[in-house]
Amino acid sequence: MQITETREGEVIQLTVEGRVDTTTAPDLQKKILDAYQKCKHVVLDFRSVEYISSAGLRALLLGQKTATSKGGTLKILNVGPTVKQVFDMSGFSKILTVV
Amino acid sequence: MEKKVELRLPATDETLMDVQNTMETLLRKNGCPETHIMPILIAAEEIFINIAHYAYEGKAGEAVVVIEVTPNNFKATFRDRGMPYNPLAKEDPDITLSAQERKIGGLGVFMVKESMDKVNYEYTDGWNIFTMEKKF
Repeated sequence: MQITETREGEVIQLTVEGRVDTTTAPDLQKKILDAYQKCKHVVLDFRSVEYISSAGLRALLLGQKTATSKGGTLKILNVGPTVKQVFDMSGFSKILTVV
Repeated sequence: MEKKVELRLPATDETLMDVQNTMETLLRKNGCPETHIMPILIAAEEIFINIAHYAYEGKAGEAVVVIEVTPNNFKATFRDRGMPYNPLAKEDPDITLSAQERKIGGLGVFMVKESMDKVNYEYTDGWNIFTMEKKF
């Protein structure tokens, strides 16, 4: 998995590529939490993510909780069919902002 | 065409890829639709990683994974000799709660139950045996 960070004003965008699994999810979690140290709004571009397991959902839930507690936002862009299926199955479609 | 494979390997984060690669190859060779492959591989991660992290109390112990693909059906059996643990006995998370109310974790086995057609656990002769099946 690779993560590229870009900042535009008060928004940090993390472009994620590859598998978000038990090995890589801690890195995603760290990047999301680090981003909230710098600003209140984080966007995740999931265009190149085809695989996410519960370890990845854990990182996203922590991100969402952090966003809410800081009065910020977490948006997820370009979610593909497999990831959407996982979001629907886990109820995450209702608690995340998937754009 | 090979339709049944048995893998005996140490259960670790690293060997998960061996299990998933073998599974994916077998599924593709036997015409499993693309939409089913990823959910099956994700379910395999959830079960295998539970063995890797918890069955042998953090130490790497052996896992035996049997993958069988027959026309229109996938079946995987995961066996370990770690401490007896029935993942299906765990209460399902409440997926209707808000993000703030939801607890971190507990989703893995729930997703396996949701994505597979049939799951089963038994403890026999010192082995934890978890089976999951999906029609395609």
